[in-house]
Amino acid sequence: MATEVGPTSVKAPASGGAPIHHAPKGVGEDNRIATQGRWAAWLLAPTIVALSVVIVYPIITAIVMSFQKDAGVDASGFFVEGGPAGFSNYVNWIFQQCPAPGGGTVDCPPGTLGAQFWSATGTTFFFTIVTVTLETVLGFWMAVIMARAFRGRSLVRAAVLVPWAIPTAVTAKLWLFIFAFEGIGNKLFNTSVLWTGSEWPARWAVIIADVWKTTPFMALLILAGLQMIPAEVYEAAKVDGASAWQRFRMITLPLVKPALMVAILFRTLDALRMFDLPYILTGGANNTTTLSILVINQIRQGFNAAAALSTITFIIIFLVAFIFVRFLGANVVEQQTGAGKGKK
Amino acid sequence: MTAATELRAEQDRGRKVAQNREKWAQSRTYISAIVILFWCLAPAYWMVVTAFRDVGYTYDTSILPTHVTLDNFKTAFDTSFGNHFGQALLNSLFIGTVVTLVSLVIGVFAAYALARLNFKFKYLVLGFILGASMFPGVALITPLFQLFTNIGWMGTYQALIIPNISFVLPLTVYTMTSFFREMPWELEESARVDGCTQGQAFRKVIMPLAAPAIFTTAILAFISSWNEFLIASQLSSDATQPVTVAIASFAGAQPNQIPYTAIMAAGTIVTIPLVILVLVFQRKIVAGLTAGAVK
Repeated sequence: MATEVGPTSVKAPASGGAPIHHAPKGVGEDNRIATQGRWAAWLLAPTIVALSVVIVYPIITAIVMSFQKDAGVDASGFFVEGGPAGFSNYVNWIFQQCPAPGGGTVDCPPGTLGAQFWSATGTTFFFTIVTVTLETVLGFWMAVIMARAFRGRSLVRAAVLVPWAIPTAVTAKLWLFIFAFEGIGNKLFNTSVLWTGSEWPARWAVIIADVWKTTPFMALLILAGLQMIPAEVYEAAKVDGASAWQRFRMITLPLVKPALMVAILFRTLDALRMFDLPYILTGGANNTTTLSILVINQIRQGFNAAAALSTITFIIIFLVAFIFVRFLGANVVEQQTGAGKGKK
Repeated sequence: MTAATELRAEQDRGRKVAQNREKWAQSRTYISAIVILFWCLAPAYWMVVTAFRDVGYTYDTSILPTHVTLDNFKTAFDTSFGNHFGQALLNSLFIGTVVTLVSLVIGVFAAYALARLNFKFKYLVLGFILGASMFPGVALITPLFQLFTNIGWMGTYQALIIPNISFVLPLTVYTMTSFFREMPWELEESARVDGCTQGQAFRKVIMPLAAPAIFTTAILAFISSWNEFLIASQLSSDATQPVTVAIASFAGAQPNQIPYTAIMAAGTIVTIPLVILVLVFQRKIVAGLTAGAVK
């Protein structure tokens, strides 16, 4: 790789990587940035091209498809022709309308996919809010414990990686077994619940399995944030007579907040696209159908309507990410680059 | 005199209280640690115990291994009920290796540029790559499903490998970027001062230093590909399905009975290598996992 990189481009700036606008801006500076820019373009090209092919192209195709009607036969045997659909696919999902025999639309009959948009949206957000909240609280607690010095700490740090390393499909089957009627779950809690048989037990089964699987990830991210806080700050606060609660509220929370926000953002976006766990654990039955499951179920009934729904899902996730970054101050890129803070 | 004794007694009392508090805090830490250990390990332990338990005692709830047998592992590889677990293991291995290699080879250049060079639109590119890693899989599946149906790629390896790259490549780039940023690049300069050529400096100094970072990234990329389910569940066939799909659709002799012991055996086979890998490279893995979030 280095042979491709011109000697001028790899030399660090004389000022040790200080922001450009601090350095005296001469002709040489401009030249160097231009050279580096050229090299950067070449080095980034393969990644950009690959991501364009595997992500940007499908997205554009999906958007184009979502404005097309699905050809085929509707529920009552009436032939529906394809062709431009305008926004009708979107409108149909949002108002839960299905094509009616003889043109026009009617309310989708209960039980059909078309009637599940709002319940799937509700389920998705319910799962997201509950799992991310539980994972944040539990993850924080685990991180605080793991940050303490005690014998066996490395054992705990290793153990939390075990749930993370187990594939989600296996996790789902494992919890299905634990929550089987005659399984260990009912035995331990001394209950006889048909966990996957009705709405709330099924939802809790999904939530518990998800929390088990992903809390470690959260805990490790928060732990990494905690370890960035210098011990002297705590010592100083102790000398000044701050209580444990005060130290937590005035030092730990504000200092760990950037890392915490990014962890919550990552987990939220991940939870909004939740698929594997409910799909395998409950099959989406009993109101555990998430938006992702609804899209998958729709694909075989009509690509174009599925494309509209997946675009809606994408927009929802994008909006949530936007709100996080804009209003809650989760600055992922800044965290990534360490720019703007003069860190390091 | 008496005042001094009193003072000392007072100090002793204070020290004792402090010691007691310390002890109490310490034991609370241990209790918490045990709860965490139990919570993380008990379900995994249950999977392994069930994997070794005779199928007739599937729902035995004794905590220690009972009715130990290896039959379940044989059942897991048995193809007579329409399961292709053995084939699926090879498929996952193949798909994971190709995806990891392609992502690393492409991603290493991008990571180098993002970590080492100054250029316009750097933040735009970083944002694009991070955005790509947060992308919902379902938004890709619909057009890909139609496209692959049209060009006859359904159920082929490339139909599984290409979408997987879209998940793994962004992860690879930003993990490696943060690793690269931490590397002592001054050494490259020093090597050149000592008379190395640019190429030698890179091969002899930078490559050995970057190797652990690249290796860790490879593990993370492989795990992420190994765990993929959504795309594979829709685009694979019996011949190309990866282990996640094989396990999710594992069938037993009776259609209404889920063969839990065999599934747990399959799950154990799929999981144990990963767990060992992760535990051996624990420190590096954690550093890689958390790379994007702090610093």
